Amino acid sequence: MSDRPNRPAVLSVRDLTVEIPTRRAVLKPVDRVSFDIAEGEILGVVGESGAGKSMTGNAVIGLLDRPARISDGEVRLRGERIDDLPYEKLRRVRGRRIGMIFQDPLTSLNPLLPIGEQIAETVRTHMGVSNTEAWNRAVAALEEVGIPAARERAGSYPHEFSGGMRQRVVIALALCAEPDLVVADEPTTALDVSVQAQIIALLKRLCRERGTAVMLVTHDMGVIAEAADRVAVMYAGRMAELGPVRDVVTRPRHPYTDGLMGATPLAGGGQRRLRQIPGAMPRLTALPTGCAFHPRCPNAQGACRQDPPPTLAADHGRAACWFPVEHDLPRAREA
Amino acid sequence: MRDNASLSANQTRAGAAPLVSVRSLSRVFDVSRPWLNRVIERLPRRYLTAVSDVSFDIPARTTYALVGESGSGKSTIGKILVGLLSPSEGSVEINGIDLARETDPGKIDRVRSDIQMIFQDPYASLNPRWTVRAIIAEPVAARGGDASGLAERLLEQVGLSAEDAEKYPHEFSGGQRQRICIARALASEPRFIVCDEPTSALDVSVQAQVLNLMSDLKEEFGLTYLFISHDLTVVRHMADRVGVLYLGRLVEEAAPDDLNEIPRHPYSRMLLEAAPRLDAFGREIDPPKGEIPDPISPPAGCAFHPRCPIAVDRCRQERPLLRPLGRARVACHRAGEDGTPTA
Repeated sequence: MSDRPNRPAVLSVRDLTVEIPTRRAVLKPVDRVSFDIAEGEILGVVGESGAGKSMTGNAVIGLLDRPARISDGEVRLRGERIDDLPYEKLRRVRGRRIGMIFQDPLTSLNPLLPIGEQIAETVRTHMGVSNTEAWNRAVAALEEVGIPAARERAGSYPHEFSGGMRQRVVIALALCAEPDLVVADEPTTALDVSVQAQIIALLKRLCRERGTAVMLVTHDMGVIAEAADRVAVMYAGRMAELGPVRDVVTRPRHPYTDGLMGATPLAGGGQRRLRQIPGAMPRLTALPTGCAFHPRCPNAQGACRQDPPPTLAADHGRAACWFPVEHDLPRAREA
Repeated sequence: MRDNASLSANQTRAGAAPLVSVRSLSRVFDVSRPWLNRVIERLPRRYLTAVSDVSFDIPARTTYALVGESGSGKSTIGKILVGLLSPSEGSVEINGIDLARETDPGKIDRVRSDIQMIFQDPYASLNPRWTVRAIIAEPVAARGGDASGLAERLLEQVGLSAEDAEKYPHEFSGGQRQRICIARALASEPRFIVCDEPTSALDVSVQAQVLNLMSDLKEEFGLTYLFISHDLTVVRHMADRVGVLYLGRLVEEAAPDDLNEIPRHPYSRMLLEAAPRLDAFGREIDPPKGEIPDPISPPAGCAFHPRCPIAVDRCRQERPLLRPLGRARVACHRAGEDGTPTA
């Protein structure tokens, strides 16, 4: 269920570093991040605002806005480097082999084209099929994501759909070229709870059926627990913890992850007071020395203030921390 | 209806008079096209009923939470309570005074200073051109009160420092801004604060700080909160009593623990099951069916019936009234029946 070491990695990211040169200094919103995503696996990337999670997603799909640029590391899709491709080649890889889902479905869809036309266009461009065939595939894709009366609705414009239905259209659009990888950046944040549950279930089902690898970027630990197989926790541009979702949620090793769990009100209730992490995420212009989390960390000691902990590798290690949280006693939350 | 409402008042908190009492509250918005379009295109007038026949009480020094999805009318109720909107029907009494009908300006003024509001977006609710001192002192200064030293004192109370009074809102993070909003709300020494999604725009670790601060201030100043949220876990943490809204109607009202353990209304049950949970690894549930219907032409009978797994013919024809059931109130024909999941 959780770790799938035997499956081939669809996406492998090694020491990915993104830099933004400014007049005063060079900022690193993403700093030596490594991870793999296997076929049919959903990797949740979680963090608070400013953690660098969206920036990581954008770097993977090559959509960094200038002046941000990848300064180091590599991104491989099925073994093939995609981070150094020329623009036109990258554009083709992106459309054909990487699907994208963003937070706001209305801005990802063209308001002037019927939704069926938008999907058919993508199919035509990337699959090289005839117009009629492309249209039929578009209708089939809409049916698959649960748009009722798909053949009639394919002629409707984006504004004629509700938020949840629009996000279904965006998912159909992302999956219609049968990509290897889908990068979903906060796909359910703008939706109501009941619709969010529908969208998560849909994404899980489609990716499992097709063996699509998914990078699910979100701030919501609940969504991660619900959808992801493995989870990567980011803090101030670095990977703080990486592991199977069950382990990370029930036995967090990094004090930041531990703090996040304590700060989340539980569905089971029973907390008198929420455990709070003092302070806020540091700005990139004023990163603390040593471990970036040390000013907020309850376990911080001398070493944490001087030396940053070793970066996490994609295949081993759980937490980038000098003094990870020990779990000798089974925690109450596990019950 | 009135009998039903007063019954509930006695039920929630026997004896003590509630600070806020809402009776048969309705609010209708005219969403018609402009008159020329109506004449030329022969369109009828269209009305949207945002809130419909809602009654509840908030006893002093407690937190009452309203939960619901978009379009459920929760923010509209909040705005009516602080007086930003007027009710179409029904009444809102705060400390025994109905602001919409009261004629004595002295009484109105006293009640108004008892009510404050905290909004969702701390970026949009602070004037960027004002210093933090001016922002916090405004509720007192506008009434001609003495606001010297007030901002400094309140800033320290909400966990910021007195020197921050000189700064402008852009110098603060989202969580700090929300603390400034809370300080401003406290300035006029209110008794009742409407909090409309106060932490939805904040990160989890900051949300915990703000929620804890709100709990502390409630104890310290004896505040009463109306807490509006879409997040059931936050509501369970904060509230003493929870009202669940669907399409402008109260479908269930219960204590938060009761609501979580035995949701009586199928909609409450659906909301609880759909909410993402930390202990939900690999959980395979059927996601809820359908979406919220168009509020301009809601379904006949019980508005939830097209999505309800246990709906019967009666639900399609007859609208269920909110009735007491155990310690809760619920608007469902089938709640409490043997053999239903909500029994």
